[in-house]
Amino acid sequence: MPLDQAHLRRLIAAAAEQVIASAPELTALDQAIGDGDHGINMKRGFEAVLGKIDAIASQPPGDAFKTVGKTLVMTVGGASGPLYGSFFMAFGDAINRGKQLPEELAELFASGIEAVSARGRSKAGEKTMLDVLVPVLETLRAEAGRPDLMRRACVAASEAVEKTAPMLATKGRASYLGARSIGHIDPGARSSCVLVHAICTALENAP
Amino acid sequence: MSDTVSIVIVSHSQDVAKGAADMVREMVGDEVNVAFCGGNPDGGLGTSVQRIIDAIEAVWSPKGVAILVDLGGAETNSEMAVEMLPPQRRAVVVVCNAPIVEGAVMAATEAAGGSPLERVRAVAEELSAS
Repeated sequence: MPLDQAHLRRLIAAAAEQVIASAPELTALDQAIGDGDHGINMKRGFEAVLGKIDAIASQPPGDAFKTVGKTLVMTVGGASGPLYGSFFMAFGDAINRGKQLPEELAELFASGIEAVSARGRSKAGEKTMLDVLVPVLETLRAEAGRPDLMRRACVAASEAVEKTAPMLATKGRASYLGARSIGHIDPGARSSCVLVHAICTALENAP
Repeated sequence: MSDTVSIVIVSHSQDVAKGAADMVREMVGDEVNVAFCGGNPDGGLGTSVQRIIDAIEAVWSPKGVAILVDLGGAETNSEMAVEMLPPQRRAVVVVCNAPIVEGAVMAATEAAGGSPLERVRAVAEELSAS
């Protein structure tokens, strides 16, 4: 059964609120291996999303996610704006092409990942948000049909974040640090994990 | 004037962007239109897709627009801004892989001579080759 409007609103609001709440942690991670603005940038973007949550939630789901993406593009102010923006715009486009949320979450995720990968010209293994999103997609596909699939996706995200610590960054700001990026969790991987937890928990608690 | 390629300078800092644009005007003159922008949507350090779009529109030339950027997010946001332009304009706007100050001066110098967009871009990007 597709998401109703109230549920869609709760999902998007939860994602925004949890990113905003995690801003201090994201900033601390980014100060270690980036330029320290990931938390404040993501907070600005998702506050803009929350600011028009009523208008967003009144749209059909595909358009709602596209508006979330466009809002992030226009308000974040760092590379994470176009990256997360492209994810949500592609996610919304996939819904508008007929993919169902939540039934085809894996396919929606795959569309989002493809857009992030193209936008950042990157792939998994380079210490970026893809190092969370790709393992989550693999879990969604491998464990499809299990009653606790959303929990498993959350666990996959949390485990994947930790695995970015020993990685060498070759994309994004952390790549300027070379070997000094090793030992730190990637801030983009962490924010992706926060979003995966928020979205999957909201879907798990579907009416 | 629109018979030359225009230049857009995108930095995380409005001051850096303005300084680079000042250098272009000083060294190349006014034959080439130069726009600049810097700062995130709140005015802090960062870049803004809307400001980049506005800067491109401000110096729009049918011969094209070459964008020079500083760090990561400036490039990603500039690429996003280009994609959000109308399709017929998108085709003649490029983000140059070049150092922002030297690239802007070299690109503007080449543009001032009436060179096409691809030549302007190539001259700026030669700075990154070695």
